[in-house]
Amino acid sequence: MSNNLKVLRDGIIFDNPILIQVVGMCATLATSTSIINGVGMGLSTTAVLVGSNVVISLLRKFIPDTVRIPCFIVVIASFVTIVQLLLQAYLPSLNDALGLYIPLIVVNCIILARAEGFASKNGPVASFFDGLGNGLGFTIVLGVMGAIREFLGSGTFLSAKVLPDVFPKTLLLIMAPGAFFTLGILMALFKHVIAKRKTAE
Amino acid sequence: MFVRLILILLAGIFVNNYILSQFLGICPFLGVSKRVETAAGMGIAVIFVITLACAATYLVYNLILVPLGLEYLYTIAFILVIAALVQFVEMFIKKSSPALYQALGVYLPLITTNCAVLGVAVSNMQVGYNFIESLVSGIGAAGGFTLAIVLFAGIRERIEFNDIPKAFEGFPIALIGAGLMSVSFLGFSGLIKL
Repeated sequence: MSNNLKVLRDGIIFDNPILIQVVGMCATLATSTSIINGVGMGLSTTAVLVGSNVVISLLRKFIPDTVRIPCFIVVIASFVTIVQLLLQAYLPSLNDALGLYIPLIVVNCIILARAEGFASKNGPVASFFDGLGNGLGFTIVLGVMGAIREFLGSGTFLSAKVLPDVFPKTLLLIMAPGAFFTLGILMALFKHVIAKRKTAE
Repeated sequence: MFVRLILILLAGIFVNNYILSQFLGICPFLGVSKRVETAAGMGIAVIFVITLACAATYLVYNLILVPLGLEYLYTIAFILVIAALVQFVEMFIKKSSPALYQALGVYLPLITTNCAVLGVAVSNMQVGYNFIESLVSGIGAAGGFTLAIVLFAGIRERIEFNDIPKAFEGFPIALIGAGLMSVSFLGFSGLIKL
């Protein structure tokens, strides 16, 4: 398998930002109330992550070591502002649903962690794939959490009604506590599967 | 006016608790909540920084960005102000009070990427609070953070001695615990309408 594909796969599965690295929790918990919100947030973060990884990797030889963190933050904040303005212009409903959490992509630890841990040491192509892999890993978990919470909490799938009214809706799941419970159980499940795989090998 | 300020403060601490209902500052909430003492240290550092950050970002937004018509740059401006502020606070405390620096030092750099700081600053701006209201809402938000993280550390200290299924060890059980705490904080919802 080529190196770039391996980087991509690691980001999605074995180094999954949410389930393994446990970073970027705020956005995960707050925006996974439905599939559309979760995936929207995931893709916005992916766009910022890919952009900032590539730019930081290109600039890595010019940025002095002592002031690298502020430099990274400026690059990241610029990309967040671009994404925010694009969302406002073309997807205003998603922008309203995500609200405060769009500017907060700046402080999503995934992005700074990848900038510091990967992009500042590797070339732009590898950094592109690293950003894409981590972004997609993040998006997939957000999508799965959104699907679980949307299905059980409001009885819909992609806003289309699927559960008949006789089934009681677990409103708790779309409220704040549901986010903690869903992620806790998902994480335990993931750990269990990975541990089983390891003993099987 | 005074009553409104008290309500903003209480709403920040209990009703709109930044961790348990808005999910801001989850990383330090999960990261530094293993001991009650460290949690309290982090809480005090956060109160300090958030209050200063609310004042600084209010001034930067209203005195620099608005007159120049650069409101759309607020994300970049705020995060730089916060990062600079944290550095400055760190240097100031180091010089003026070594004892306090010993207690808070390790937490200060972490606060730059605490989304609660940026979150409070942005939401103050979006709601349109004036200077005093911004400060009070910052103190309320940080107080809510401190309350939640100290209570949670107490819970986690006890969880350590319990027999937990292997897959749930570590973060998963912590998240379930946080969920239960969040359920109890739901009891405050609707108590205060601003």
